[in-house]
Amino acid sequence: MNYHWNWRIFWEPAPSGTGTYLDMLLSGLVLTIETAICAWIIALAVGSVVGVLRTLPSRAASWISFAHVEFFRNMPLLVQLFLWFFVLPEILPHAWGLWLKQIPHAPFYTAAIGIGLFMSARVAEQLRAGIGSLPRGQMLAATALGLTTAQSYRYVLLPMAFRIIMPPLTSEFLSTIKNTSVALTIGLVELTAEARSMQEFSFQVFEAFTAATVLYLLINIVVVTAMRFLERGLAVPGYITGK
Amino acid sequence: MFANFDFDVIRRSLGYLFFDGMTFTLTLTGLASLGGLIFGTLIAMMRLSGFKLLGRIAGLYVDLMRSLPLVLVIFWFYFLVPYIGQWVTGSSRPIHVGAFGSSLVTFTIFEAAYFSEIMRAGIQSISSGQPAAAQALGLTYSQTMRYVVLPQAFRNMLPVLLTQTIVLFQDTSLVYVLSIPDFLGAASKVAQRDGRLVEMYLFAAAIYFLVSCVASFAVRRLQTRIAFVH
Repeated sequence: MNYHWNWRIFWEPAPSGTGTYLDMLLSGLVLTIETAICAWIIALAVGSVVGVLRTLPSRAASWISFAHVEFFRNMPLLVQLFLWFFVLPEILPHAWGLWLKQIPHAPFYTAAIGIGLFMSARVAEQLRAGIGSLPRGQMLAATALGLTTAQSYRYVLLPMAFRIIMPPLTSEFLSTIKNTSVALTIGLVELTAEARSMQEFSFQVFEAFTAATVLYLLINIVVVTAMRFLERGLAVPGYITGK
Repeated sequence: MFANFDFDVIRRSLGYLFFDGMTFTLTLTGLASLGGLIFGTLIAMMRLSGFKLLGRIAGLYVDLMRSLPLVLVIFWFYFLVPYIGQWVTGSSRPIHVGAFGSSLVTFTIFEAAYFSEIMRAGIQSISSGQPAAAQALGLTYSQTMRYVVLPQAFRNMLPVLLTQTIVLFQDTSLVYVLSIPDFLGAASKVAQRDGRLVEMYLFAAAIYFLVSCVASFAVRRLQTRIAFVH
């Protein structure tokens, strides 16, 4: 292979003037983590509401939840981000659109909300499956004890359901982190984008992508290890994941 | 809101969008899922083969692919494939690989990791009496796999495999990062040329939505039909 390797490139100053190439990649890493955490909070909050709606006896609630899940699941994330970023400001009333376009850090907010909503459909489906996997007797017993529907969910169903779906939620969180890289198309300078611009500045393609790969692997290892501890602590005794 | 909505820009570009863009997207989806399924099945068999080393290699491969974002993998292969081609053909310079070839290699290799997990679950879902009976009949390992285990595993997993193919169909839109004119890329080119972002992106979104919805509805129908046989 006639490729010129230069692993010391990471300690050379980057033309962006903010430090070395390594600093550049690390600032991308920080932005990746920040975006992923914001998106995950949105995904959990919206996904929980939508997932619960699906299990309620009300027809309307169930339909809203179904529509939400189908809407966000059947479009590529990239297209959804384009809709939020390019289309939304244009179809809003002029003054609102103008305001939206002038928000600083627009790519960050768009990515957090767009990826958050995209993932919320998946969280909702997991939660629905989790609630569905509980024995019917749980809800019946809660009702027999005189709990209202809201109380049954709050004190009986949800604490169980969330603990059961911890393992799939872990992989949804990992997907959220990976999905932040799609936001480079709307100008979010996260880890993959920093690796790409390092490649453009320095022509050291494989060093840049190797570094990004290693950093993504590190994030994965940290998250998986942390979640394994959490899962072990929260596992419901008697279930497969429990002891 | 839709007062100055220009439907004509969509009508004018329909040919380009579908004959060039959608054809690229669908061909890529079809070939990559076929390739991914073949490689994925091989990887799943490696993991279940009982040879420790083979299993470890396959496991590492799957874990690596599944912890990287697809966008990064697309960039990796875009730059790597010419060198791989040079190595395979033994030429003196990195060979030129077109947009389609590069994306096909990327998606096949990336999706193989996901398909292998599905096929692994499928193979494990076959009761152990089946391969035992096949061995008792005197079938070799490859015959057991070919005639007994894999057909059933494939059939059981067909809905999941098809759902993964729908995900792949949506994921192919990410070749946009290489400015390749797939369906979204074509829509985006027209959008930027004519300054009609709203119309083109809404139209692209509607088409992706429609195709995915119809496909996942068909998969759900298939699922209930398959479930009846058991």
